[in-house]
Amino acid sequence: MSAGIAASPSAPHSAMASRTPAHAQPARASASSALPGQDAAPSVVGTVLRHEWRSVLRNRGVLVFGLGTLVLTEIVLRLTGSAPRALSSLLNLVLLVVPLVTTMAGIISWHASREFNELLLTQPVRRRALFVALYLALVLPLAVVFALGLLLPMAWHRVIGPETSGLLLATVGSGVALTFVFGGLALLIGIRVDDRLRSVMTGLMVWLLLTVGYDALVLIVSTTMADYPLERPMLALMLGNPVDLARTVIILQSDTAALMGYTGAVMQRFLGSATGTAAAVLGLLAWIVLPMLVARRSFERRDF
Amino acid sequence: MIGSDVEDAVDVATEAIVSVRGVVKRYGAREVLSQVDLDLPRGSVTAIIGPNGAGKTTLNKAVLGLVRIDAGEIRFDGRDTRGDIVHRARIGYMPQTPRYPDAFTAGDVLTLLRELRGPSARIDDELIAALELSPLLGIPARALSGGQRQRLNAVAAFLFTPDLLLLDEPTAALDPVASGVLKDKIRAVREEGRAVVITSHILSELQELADRVVFLHEGRVHFAGTLHALLDRTGAASLERAIAQLMQHSRRPARAAEVAVA
Repeated sequence: MSAGIAASPSAPHSAMASRTPAHAQPARASASSALPGQDAAPSVVGTVLRHEWRSVLRNRGVLVFGLGTLVLTEIVLRLTGSAPRALSSLLNLVLLVVPLVTTMAGIISWHASREFNELLLTQPVRRRALFVALYLALVLPLAVVFALGLLLPMAWHRVIGPETSGLLLATVGSGVALTFVFGGLALLIGIRVDDRLRSVMTGLMVWLLLTVGYDALVLIVSTTMADYPLERPMLALMLGNPVDLARTVIILQSDTAALMGYTGAVMQRFLGSATGTAAAVLGLLAWIVLPMLVARRSFERRDF
Repeated sequence: MIGSDVEDAVDVATEAIVSVRGVVKRYGAREVLSQVDLDLPRGSVTAIIGPNGAGKTTLNKAVLGLVRIDAGEIRFDGRDTRGDIVHRARIGYMPQTPRYPDAFTAGDVLTLLRELRGPSARIDDELIAALELSPLLGIPARALSGGQRQRLNAVAAFLFTPDLLLLDEPTAALDPVASGVLKDKIRAVREEGRAVVITSHILSELQELADRVVFLHEGRVHFAGTLHALLDRTGAASLERAIAQLMQHSRRPARAAEVAVA
């Protein structure tokens, strides 16, 4: 930095500047030789996350999702009168609605804030740090309002006990995991598909494929190749679908085997409850990490 | 020939805050920047002019690191910018279309940028007062008009006393008073020895502000030099006429090629 520029003082306060609200009043810095980016970089994730979080709290969409989950849980609890039956009834909320809401929220918010993200990237900010902040800012609020929407009515009705805690943990955990999985997928789609409409359509197709299409495909394969030993290929196929994995994690904690998809049934039969759950949880973790890493790589290499 | 009047790089390199050398950028098969050589000197206002698709915005974004160049190098104050983020703390960017998250207030935007720059960032909040942005700081961005958003955009670009300002259509959507304030600020920044780059289609405004001109066409620099040199060499009375001549010159090879093919 040239001496002349480094020595240039900040502009003097004017009468108008004194009306600036306290929260936006920029702090005047002492003349420092340190470059701003150097002390700013480590706190990028926290800074962006904090601001995005405040923004999300003012966002009606996320609050409606949380409130909807809460109301639905309350109604189902009142109708069924027991936590296990209520959680079984809420299975579709976890397996269908959570992925759909997360996918759409992720894609729409990516496209809505693309220019702002561009502005953030012109600051001394590493792309990796900004991506992590954007990812967490998407999935954390959704995961929190989902978990609260499910847990608060359960706690209110005092139906959480030793018999239900495993199933409740599996349901909440699977919902949170699917939020992280589909959050990564949504950002990946948003980053890779520039056109907003095509991006939304791609998101819907991916959601449809993973929630309905995949299991139907597996069923068709299994019936047409019924004469062959398919157990092991079926287990491998199950790992290819996070929704199947989440369903397995939940179902293995309950006795409602009738609700299981074909791959889930195979899982229970061949691996048993504990091993099956561990394998499914590991599979879900892989599904959280892989799309997120691919999306991050795309974000780092993308031209804005 | 006007097209060969690219400035002597050695002459300005000592004063240049940004040096662009042999930069190539391709989108698929299309080359949007072709062997671009350019210097942006301190204490100057450089107008980057060219028809739509000439590569003006891509060049700005390449300096900012928003697009990755395929060849060449961009140096900021002598340092290669590839993989470097520190130099961005010394750049203020005013994009053409400012859009902010709906739930963010104008104050949130400035606070976030300030926090990202860190406590050592030198603040110049003169424009907040001059552009009368203070009453708008608590208002959600979605409720701001186009002109108000552009004022916020300008404040954000100038806020951290950057050594280089990249302004894309800076006065678009601004009323005459705000536009005048911004032009005065640009002049003041130049007097302080900082560099300003303006991309605009309003040539009369550029003639008023710029002392250097870069003319881009189909990703190539067809002229880079002082405004006076451009007017002298073209014999034109205004920047608009000079640019019209440059455009005719730059299109000539293409037309000749078309004739040859025919």
